[in-house]
Amino acid sequence: MKNNTLILHTAALFIMPLQVMFSVFLMLRGHNEPGGGFIGGLVAAGAFVLYAFAFGSEATRRILRVDPRDLLSAGLLFALASTIPAFLAGQPMLTAHWWEVPLPGDGYLKLSTPLIFDIGVYAAVLGTIMTFVINLMESEE
Amino acid sequence: MLLAVLSGFLLAICTPALHRVAGHYIGWVLAVLPASLAVYFISLIPAVNANGSVLIEYAWMPGLEITLDFLVDGLSLTFALLISGIGTFVLIYAGAYLAGHKYLARFFIIMLAFMASMLGLVLSDNLVTLFVFWELTSITSYLLIGFNHEDMNARKSALQGLFVTVAGGLALMAGLILLAIMSGSYSISEILSSNTALHEHAFYTAAVICILAGTFTKSAQVPFHFWLPNAMAAPTPVSAFLHSATMVKAGIYLMARLNPSLGQGELWSLALMLFGSATMLTGAYLAFSNTGIKKVLAYSTIMALGMLTMLIGVGTELALTAFICVLVAHSLYKGALFMIAGALDHETGTKDITLMGGLRKTMPVTAVIACLAALSLAGLPPLFGFIAKELVFESLLGAPTWSAVLITVTVVAALLVVSVAGLVAIKPFFGKVGNTPKRPHEAPFGMLVGPAVLATIALVFGLAPSLPESALLQAAIGSVNGAAVETKLALWHGVNIPLMLSAVCLLFGLILLALWSRLNPTLQAINTACARFGPEAGYFRIMEGITTVAAWQTRVLQNGVLGLYLLILVAVTFGLTGYTLLVKHGVNLTLDLSGSHFYEWGIALLLLASVVFASVTRSRLGAVASTGVLGFSVALIFIHFSAPDLGITQLLVETLTVILLVLVLIKLPEFVRLSSPFERFRDLAVAIFAGVVMTLMILSALDVQYFESISSYYIENSATLAYGRNIVNVILVDFRALDTLGEIFVLALAALGVFSMTKLKAEDQHKP
Repeated sequence: MKNNTLILHTAALFIMPLQVMFSVFLMLRGHNEPGGGFIGGLVAAGAFVLYAFAFGSEATRRILRVDPRDLLSAGLLFALASTIPAFLAGQPMLTAHWWEVPLPGDGYLKLSTPLIFDIGVYAAVLGTIMTFVINLMESEE
Repeated sequence: MLLAVLSGFLLAICTPALHRVAGHYIGWVLAVLPASLAVYFISLIPAVNANGSVLIEYAWMPGLEITLDFLVDGLSLTFALLISGIGTFVLIYAGAYLAGHKYLARFFIIMLAFMASMLGLVLSDNLVTLFVFWELTSITSYLLIGFNHEDMNARKSALQGLFVTVAGGLALMAGLILLAIMSGSYSISEILSSNTALHEHAFYTAAVICILAGTFTKSAQVPFHFWLPNAMAAPTPVSAFLHSATMVKAGIYLMARLNPSLGQGELWSLALMLFGSATMLTGAYLAFSNTGIKKVLAYSTIMALGMLTMLIGVGTELALTAFICVLVAHSLYKGALFMIAGALDHETGTKDITLMGGLRKTMPVTAVIACLAALSLAGLPPLFGFIAKELVFESLLGAPTWSAVLITVTVVAALLVVSVAGLVAIKPFFGKVGNTPKRPHEAPFGMLVGPAVLATIALVFGLAPSLPESALLQAAIGSVNGAAVETKLALWHGVNIPLMLSAVCLLFGLILLALWSRLNPTLQAINTACARFGPEAGYFRIMEGITTVAAWQTRVLQNGVLGLYLLILVAVTFGLTGYTLLVKHGVNLTLDLSGSHFYEWGIALLLLASVVFASVTRSRLGAVASTGVLGFSVALIFIHFSAPDLGITQLLVETLTVILLVLVLIKLPEFVRLSSPFERFRDLAVAIFAGVVMTLMILSALDVQYFESISSYYIENSATLAYGRNIVNVILVDFRALDTLGEIFVLALAALGVFSMTKLKAEDQHKP
């Protein structure tokens, strides 16, 4: 399935990167403001679906660079990896760990296992939906 | 300890890389791990002897009572030492046996994963963790039996082993849960130390039957014994490790472990003695009547497993002493014999004993080791097997019930085993030089070191039995018994009844051995005739039955009419919920609409309109779009009641759902109305019913609160405990992250489902 409207093509080219950036923004700010990995993943999936409608599944595979199924498994691995620090510390599974990395200047970077977990959710959601969409699109060709 | 158990998995991950570096020496390199684990376990011996047991605790999922606690006592340490010790030699052996094999790295990965699972199984203190490791051993065993996956026979045997052990595993899970309910704890050490009389509990019978179903299938007791000889399709290192020394003993381990708690009941000892002795006799007979060297050894393993089960069933202090000794002796000589059998197979090109002969000249070292191990198998002095067998006789003579029956059965089995030992040690190495497919020569060093060390240990333990006794065996016997036991192991007991029984066994065993080649064809014929009625035939009948039932229920329930699926699903779900609601709660309608704003009415109208349109329209696209409108209106409600996260999610999910639906629907043919008016009214009725039940449920959920709301906990602790102000997200990724983890795995499964459906369908069309 491929659409040849000029408007869709042009719009998709502009909107897609913005939307992907927005999805990452949503994911990162999720801990304090509305957002999070799940919502971020859905927004990113929306961006790639838009692209797929405009340019077809082949092009979408190319721009994703990795097979959506690999994205999915990477997501699961990230989520599982976030359980390791608690495991090593002998704490109950999925106990959150926080690290503060000082940055040059005044600020510092807050890293945590929930963030790793959230990245995993993001990738898993994106991978799932893209697996759905790309395979459904290709199955009719 | 945690590292000790999991290091096998970690090393398994690194194996392919190591293989590239280490090349031919991969077996030796990998063997360093089990060797150092063995040293570590030995270092724990003093602590165990001083305190009886050591409990090492790791919280994992304490909320679910699932922990990674490890219980180190005499019994688990004995098993852990057997696993890591024999594992060391098996890995070295496998490196030589499978040298140059295409999938050598893959083989080692599964072997190491198996070893880690097995260690986890015997060391776990938590029933749930134990069960997880138990299933892991079943799965790795499946992969190893089917390692030569191009061989149809290997695949079939692997599947058979998996079905039998996993079916038993299912029963075991039920049994373990019952056990936990009965004793009020999932912790083995707590179960063992609690004083509740489990055998008086109402669940006792059910729990014992379920647990025994699990252990009997795993440990190949009659009538589930048939999978074990078939598992010999695996490469020999696997047979030596999994199917003689370790995995098949998992069932034995669990029975021994739970014996102090469950052993007080009548049923326990009766079942164990009955099935154990039957297994022992069957195994000994089948071992005697077979010609393939691996099959002979497999059946004699079954015989030993039966003997172990029987000894737990007898349950006297002497019987448990005999149990531990047989366990250790068997692991030592059977591991060695299997490796010898593999060496013979490797160097002569055949597994058939009748073709081998006179190999002592070409394979002198192998011959010596084989004779040593076989002496232990036959139970002759001065090997450890002798001590074990004497103890068995002695304990059976003093058995509280059925002493005469048990001793008769055991003597018959023992004399058959003497001739079996002769079969594997005398027949191939002495007499006329046989006609083997390959020109035999001595096996490489890597294949001899394992059996040599194991046989030597059997000899040393036989000559100096107090050595293992004081180190560990006494502690092990104590943990099976539930209280410390005074033992005195010795090679020479004086002339007594057990010794005379041994002499009788030796004499008749040798006579049978002499007659073997004449008797064998007849026995083979009998076995073939009996096979039609044996348990294996039953297995095939059950498997056929399952496929037939599956085909039937697929025809009935999954006939391809999607509307019908939906109808049944909705009717059943809401019928049951509606019924429960009515009975437990009653209909209680209090609807207060005052204070609602006009725009709320607007949203409600929008909802209704989209629903009505979706159900009457003839355009599929229209229906999909209007369900989209429905979803957006719901999102509006969420946003109106200030739940932005829910609102955004709903909006996004709804958009993507519409897109997915369109992608599917676009492939369907023109819309045609095929349903009769009756069917449409029936569907309408069910739909309205579902809607009414749902509405009632929500309304009653609003005015009853069974439990105190937990939202205040989240609101209070979100920022302080989890450093986040967005409570929804904090719940998702922190407070209830385990749920989310489960959910993304479900998502992954769904994605794989869609993937395989779209791909497999394409392949289906190519079929004629």
